[in-house]
Amino acid sequence: MADPMRIRAQMAGDKATVRVLMSHEMETGQRRDAAGKVIPAWFIQEVSAAHNGKTVLTTQWGPSVAKNPFLQFTVKGAKAGDKITVNWVDNKGDKRTDEATVS
Amino acid sequence: MTTRRQMMTTSAQVAALMAGAGLLPTAAHAAWPQAAFEAKNMADAAKAFGGGAPVESKDVTITGPDIAENGAVVPVGCSSTLPGVKRLMILVEKNPSVLAAAFDVTDAVDASFNTRVKMGQSSNVYAVAMMADGKVFFAGKEIKVTLGGCGG
Repeated sequence: MADPMRIRAQMAGDKATVRVLMSHEMETGQRRDAAGKVIPAWFIQEVSAAHNGKTVLTTQWGPSVAKNPFLQFTVKGAKAGDKITVNWVDNKGDKRTDEATVS
Repeated sequence: MTTRRQMMTTSAQVAALMAGAGLLPTAAHAAWPQAAFEAKNMADAAKAFGGGAPVESKDVTITGPDIAENGAVVPVGCSSTLPGVKRLMILVEKNPSVLAAAFDVTDAVDASFNTRVKMGQSSNVYAVAMMADGKVFFAGKEIKVTLGGCGG
């Protein structure tokens, strides 16, 4: 489906700052197309992140999040070489998972 | 005369059409909190998550630009220094969807998140922290928008 997420996870002290850029339209359901028909809402509803397989973050999003959403969070107790996995599900049931290694 | 077989086939075709058009309810994935996302203000969003009345607090921070040149992409951050925060939320007061994002805080992450939201017009943006005991604290900031973000 969409382009892969870009995930960057970097150590800062004893925590890892994770930045994720996702590729998604995030339609609010408020816009109309040229013919005047409402473009249906299509947006990421849930994002979860795991550190070495353990879920560390779950978030719920609404249509107010910007297109091609950005997310930044900080994982405690991470080390270089750890795996960060990010997974999202949208309101149509589409999903995407990508992973990165902490540098 | 429509046979049973014909009726079943037609039903399946109609269902497929409906599914294609997104009209069938999708399997509820881990309860997306619809009531919270339909809330029209901070108090209702907090209540939808089982919290009490929001109280302003210096221990909650909302960061963002004073003026956003592009309302379609406004970087905002929410954080809290309070111990035991269970959930952090970002709300855009004047958006049709007031609740933009809700983050479930675990022990493994800092109570600090950044994302980008759409803003239809200049509005107050709030960071709301919900504690395990149901207390709710918030901080707000006005973000002026020069170009609205919803394409309308």
